[in-house]
Amino acid sequence: MSARKAKHGWILTVIFTIISLLYIYPIVLVFINSFKKKAYISKEPFALPTDKMFVRLENYIRGIEQTDLIKAFGWSVFITVFSVAAIILFCSMCAWYISRVNTKVTKTIYILCLFAMVVPFQMEMYTLSKISNMLHMGNPWGIIVIYLGFGAGLSVFMFTGFMKSIPLEIEEAAMIDGCTPLQTYFRVVMPISKPTCVTVAILQAMWIWNDYLLPSLVLDQRKYKTVPMAVQYLKGGYGSVDMGAMMGTLVLAIVPIIIFYLFCQKYIIEGVVAGAVKG
Amino acid sequence: MQKAIKKYFPVFVLPTMIAFAIGFIAPFLLGIYLSFCKFTTVTDAEFIGLGNYVKTLGDPEFIHSLWYTALYTVVTVLLINVLAFAVAMLLTKGIKGTNIFRTVFFMPNLIGGIVLGYVWQLLLNGILAYFDRTLTYSEVYGFWGLVILVLWQQVGYMMIIYISGIQNIPGELIEAAKIDGASSWQILKNVTIPMVMPSITICTFLTLTNGFKLFDQNLALTNGAPSKMSELLALNIYNTFYGRAGWEGVGQAKAVEFFVLVAIIALIQNKLTRSKEVQQ
Repeated sequence: MSARKAKHGWILTVIFTIISLLYIYPIVLVFINSFKKKAYISKEPFALPTDKMFVRLENYIRGIEQTDLIKAFGWSVFITVFSVAAIILFCSMCAWYISRVNTKVTKTIYILCLFAMVVPFQMEMYTLSKISNMLHMGNPWGIIVIYLGFGAGLSVFMFTGFMKSIPLEIEEAAMIDGCTPLQTYFRVVMPISKPTCVTVAILQAMWIWNDYLLPSLVLDQRKYKTVPMAVQYLKGGYGSVDMGAMMGTLVLAIVPIIIFYLFCQKYIIEGVVAGAVKG
Repeated sequence: MQKAIKKYFPVFVLPTMIAFAIGFIAPFLLGIYLSFCKFTTVTDAEFIGLGNYVKTLGDPEFIHSLWYTALYTVVTVLLINVLAFAVAMLLTKGIKGTNIFRTVFFMPNLIGGIVLGYVWQLLLNGILAYFDRTLTYSEVYGFWGLVILVLWQQVGYMMIIYISGIQNIPGELIEAAKIDGASSWQILKNVTIPMVMPSITICTFLTLTNGFKLFDQNLALTNGAPSKMSELLALNIYNTFYGRAGWEGVGQAKAVEFFVLVAIIALIQNKLTRSKEVQQ
């Protein structure tokens, strides 16, 4: 029995290895093409770069120059890090309040958050871009406020779900010992909520880092670009697409994420599971 | 305790609520209002009643994108969930390399839709070139191109959720079924699937809403070509706002219809699958 099972498993391992290689292939293909002269990329995408096709790092250099990619990368990091930090801090505080104070107002807030999760972005996009324009929020600082507002639905919902499960006695003990609500929150509640913070941070970071439409409508594109906007700019900014620069830019957009993923994959996958179970 | 915390409303709730009001509530309400108006900028809005809604129904491109999106969503929901569940079943048997396969299958989710769109454009156009075709040759190529791309992206995500669902099934249940002489098919149908129903609810919900809301991949892969025939709803609405002068009101009316549609589908789906869940 166990011998048969082992043999069975061996076949599955081989099959999955082949599928995994096929799975990575699209990215490998882009990587290979990023070293080719641009004329050959559309004509012979599957050929390896031979002498006459090989251009060293030219595509990367052109890609970086045309899209201002280094700056875009910086803004993407800035926007993602500070938006996620703001979401974690403010949404968890809001969630604690509405899970501890039981009034009509807090109930309404909770229902609005549930509601926000169902509304598609297209419903909001035109009016949001006009409002952010009127309030002069078309910069990386303004967009952090918008991400906080947009992320609030899911985040408050998930934090509230967790905070309802914290036994009240712990907080009551802290309050009796003389903690103000703020001290109770930062010294007791926040540390207990760490796993939920990680989950929310991962889900929101994945969304904000890769978001294209919201920043492209809200940000002043001449001054600020994020990485997805830089990639799309190659398509929109020039009549015919420079495939060489495109390949270089794509590789540079993908590689940092994959390295990050390989280091943190345990947390990312756990975060996605936890998020799905609560959502 | 409630009393002590209550006074702290401005500190705890206000920051989130201000951002929520600017980023969500105000655009939402303004959007509903503007869908009944004619305007080119928000300040010159003039109330015209249901005119915009009438126009949306007379727009053949919009109706086409509606059916195109519905078909696309049905196909992707079915394929993603079946494949993800099958892979999850195989990857919970404890074969060698499980962790590596899981890592690989999940990886595309870290890469954004725009980037994925261009990656797959290269590959699919390369293959189609052998048949003298491109992705934009007809809406059918764009359709299946998008299906393949999204499968590649989302199967890994749903697989992760199914794996955790399957691992949560108590071992005794399967053992007991085996002792009672149940075949593998019977175990799957009568034990495994009912027990992972919560995961199925979540995954169908996610794939359903993802399907309806898909935008970035559509924009990057075909951008609606040829002549808007591969346009999904989200892209159609975007192009109505930003591609047709004087149609902003119609775009907003489409967006409201889109929202109502997504909300209704989400509600029905939730009712249907939740009713099939078993108490553990």
